[in-house]
Amino acid sequence: MSSSAPRSYLSRLAQKPLALLALGWLLFITICALLPGKLVAIDPLDQDLLAVKQLPSALHWLGTDMLGRDILARLMHGAWPTLIGVLQALAVAAVLGIVIGVSAGYFRGRWDKWVAQYVNLLMSMPFIVTALAVLMVFGRSMLSAMVTFGILASAGMIRVLRSVTLSVREELYIEAARISGLSDAAIIARHVLPRITGPVIVQLSLFAAAAVTTQTGISFLGLGVVPPAPTWGGMIYDAAASVNDFPWMLAPSGLTVALTILSFGLLGDALRDTAVETWAKAANSKARSALALEPNAPPVDLETVLAVRQLTIQVSADPSARPLAKQVSFALKAGETLGIVGESGSGKTLTSLALLGLLPSGTAVTAGEATVQGRRISLTDDAALRSLRGKTIGMIFQEPMAALDPCFTVGHHLTEVIRSHANVSRGSAREQAIALLEQVQILDAHEIMGRYPHQISGGMAQRVGIARALALKPAILLADEPTTALDVTVQAEILELLRALSQSHQMAVVLVTHDWGVVADICDRALVLYQGEMVESASVVDLFHRPQHAYTRALLKANPHNARVGETLPTIADSLTASAERPA
Amino acid sequence: MCTEKYILDTMLKLIAYRLLLSIPLLFAVTFLTFFLNSFAPTDLARTLLGADGTQEQYLALRAELGLDRPLVVQYGAWAWQVLQGDLGISYFTKESVLELLNGRVGVTLSIMLGVLLVIVSFGVTLGVFSAIKGGWLGRLLDAVSLMGLVFPSFFVALIYIVVFAVWLRWLPATGYTPITVDAKAWALGMVLPIAAVSTYFVSVVAKQTREAMNDVMGRDFIRALRACGVSEFAVIFKHGLRNASLPVVTSLGLVMVNAMASAVFVERAFVLPGLGSLAVSAADQADVTLMLGCTLYFALLSVAINLLVDLSYGWLNPRVRVE
Repeated sequence: MSSSAPRSYLSRLAQKPLALLALGWLLFITICALLPGKLVAIDPLDQDLLAVKQLPSALHWLGTDMLGRDILARLMHGAWPTLIGVLQALAVAAVLGIVIGVSAGYFRGRWDKWVAQYVNLLMSMPFIVTALAVLMVFGRSMLSAMVTFGILASAGMIRVLRSVTLSVREELYIEAARISGLSDAAIIARHVLPRITGPVIVQLSLFAAAAVTTQTGISFLGLGVVPPAPTWGGMIYDAAASVNDFPWMLAPSGLTVALTILSFGLLGDALRDTAVETWAKAANSKARSALALEPNAPPVDLETVLAVRQLTIQVSADPSARPLAKQVSFALKAGETLGIVGESGSGKTLTSLALLGLLPSGTAVTAGEATVQGRRISLTDDAALRSLRGKTIGMIFQEPMAALDPCFTVGHHLTEVIRSHANVSRGSAREQAIALLEQVQILDAHEIMGRYPHQISGGMAQRVGIARALALKPAILLADEPTTALDVTVQAEILELLRALSQSHQMAVVLVTHDWGVVADICDRALVLYQGEMVESASVVDLFHRPQHAYTRALLKANPHNARVGETLPTIADSLTASAERPA
Repeated sequence: MCTEKYILDTMLKLIAYRLLLSIPLLFAVTFLTFFLNSFAPTDLARTLLGADGTQEQYLALRAELGLDRPLVVQYGAWAWQVLQGDLGISYFTKESVLELLNGRVGVTLSIMLGVLLVIVSFGVTLGVFSAIKGGWLGRLLDAVSLMGLVFPSFFVALIYIVVFAVWLRWLPATGYTPITVDAKAWALGMVLPIAAVSTYFVSVVAKQTREAMNDVMGRDFIRALRACGVSEFAVIFKHGLRNASLPVVTSLGLVMVNAMASAVFVERAFVLPGLGSLAVSAADQADVTLMLGCTLYFALLSVAINLLVDLSYGWLNPRVRVE
């Protein structure tokens, strides 16, 4: 490992003012703990019954308590038991966390399963009762309580370090080290431990924050350190007795505890953030020159159900970047099926989502309008697009299973949509739902109604998705790669179903796909998208037999269905270079 | 219908499974107390005799108390007694441990049930709204959660006493009235303790809910529901919340076990006669039988909480229910 990485890590940490403040406070507390007598001359046990419950003064900077003892002196002397308690718990938790967590993540198998059981048991154990039992047995020694805390709270650390180790172990160089004959101990010491120091330090500082709470809590209960010896928790308890007439006493002790916990927490956060900054690299995509293409907007006639004109989608944060879809236009009639074809990232799915105002956050339509059943709608008008959903335009998705809510039955999915748009009784909604399922050729519709998504197959889920999209009898169906996630035989069935429904319902279908086979199978016309721009729009016959554009030809060549056995499948880049012209 | 019987069966199986799982927990917690006690520098016989007893008296008392038997035998004898409903007698007060515990358990149960109610209702509501609204509510939530993390529950309790009991005089500062004596006084007395324990854990649950909601709302089926024209209200509160509740409920068991520790501290701050203060005095007075009883009760309480969590998880998640 190079030494520059940790140094830059520390220097980035040093640039965080909060982290520095936190470190400063912890350093101050440590000095107080080590040299309390050097900082304040007053004895923390000195009582002055003539000066009880005094507010801060020149003599007593933080005032005095109910016995006239100096609060500042007691706070400084109380730092020691807290700090030492935290260190004891930390030491125990660090050793247990690293040994058990790393070994479970590294060796896995039965040991890992035992460790998981052990961690579950520790986590379900009420810590406080065990701590009280320990305090009872060991004559109220704070050490025993903090060790107990270390053991019980190491569960969280074991869990985190196990999963970190597990992911490090998966990396190839660990496998290489093992093959080259390095022993497990050597691999852990040389390759695993250095990689997990980051998470270990973060966990330890967050753990320290919890340990401070525990230590002060136990002294608040009057256990652990015997009064009148000063402790922060004990001082809070003293303050509790005086809350009626002297609430000031709460402030110094409470704030000291809070600042200390906060400092450990902030330190942990800063360490984690610094680590994350190291991993995350700003994704910079190369800006490409926009390809000029004059869209030929098809004229809108009366039979046209859907016409989209000049749809442009952009990244909201960066309007100067290349549009995700640029001036896309198309039109289709009732009963017609239009394919939108392109590679991944060509903007074909975004184009379909934009018609329902369902673009993912971070992207937005910047221009474009649509004519839907004769009504003109701006594609930037989300409210208008929302009113189309379900009733005018239905949609089915690429992952049919993921498109169903796992917590509700098939029947619920259908009746919910039916009842959301019309005042239909439960019973008649159920009848309609069964009719819909029968329409998509589900034979045992009654039984399927009561099933949950995880109890049906992918093909069945897509049929349910189609039934749901049809529930409100939309004029247009958007199908986003509806067969990609399905088995080949099921693919054909679903396509056949879509074709039949399109015919019987005179429904216009927009089919987004990357599969030429699907296009050839059921589309009437197709639109080829390349990097968000329309490259070609033609009837399927023309497209296959007389592709006008170099990109379309390249895409057709890359179709795996035409591949010859033993030959490398041509890729888009190969074909474009071979034809020596960029799509333009 | 047969499916309902089926669901009942799986629920019963779920309960049986959890109860089976809780046996190791009950065993571990109580045996640990037994085991640790064997390391104690002084034993019960010595404590009872005081400094004056002779060695013969000491050995005789040890034999009488059964302390000379092997640890496992002693534990077995105790466990057998417990199964018959006898938790022994407190060596310090000479009262029946069972009666002592039953006299105190009401306070702790009141607090824990109140805390559960508050953290679920407030935590989930805050979490959902900060997920869909974000902005200032999200920042407020982060601030409260930071405060809750930084200020220990017993300190929060004292601040509440100063503000609501001493300054505003709205609520009683300390003490407990049983619900059977005066329901209104009981309710008023419970407000501040429950609030003090809940403050931090509300923010924990809210943050978990927010994360779960953000995760769920980004999933495919949410987009599919919107595409079908399902109202935004149903998308968020029916589908989003139902799915987001699963991880939240799962972590609720751990949250409540942590809240139990806070409750012990808060009981002391409000001078409440609960199980926590009983356990603290048992620790203080080295009262082993009483401590064993407290340990058992706390363990049973966490078993009950986990059972409740499991049942609601099973009820919410059809995969558990139907498979």
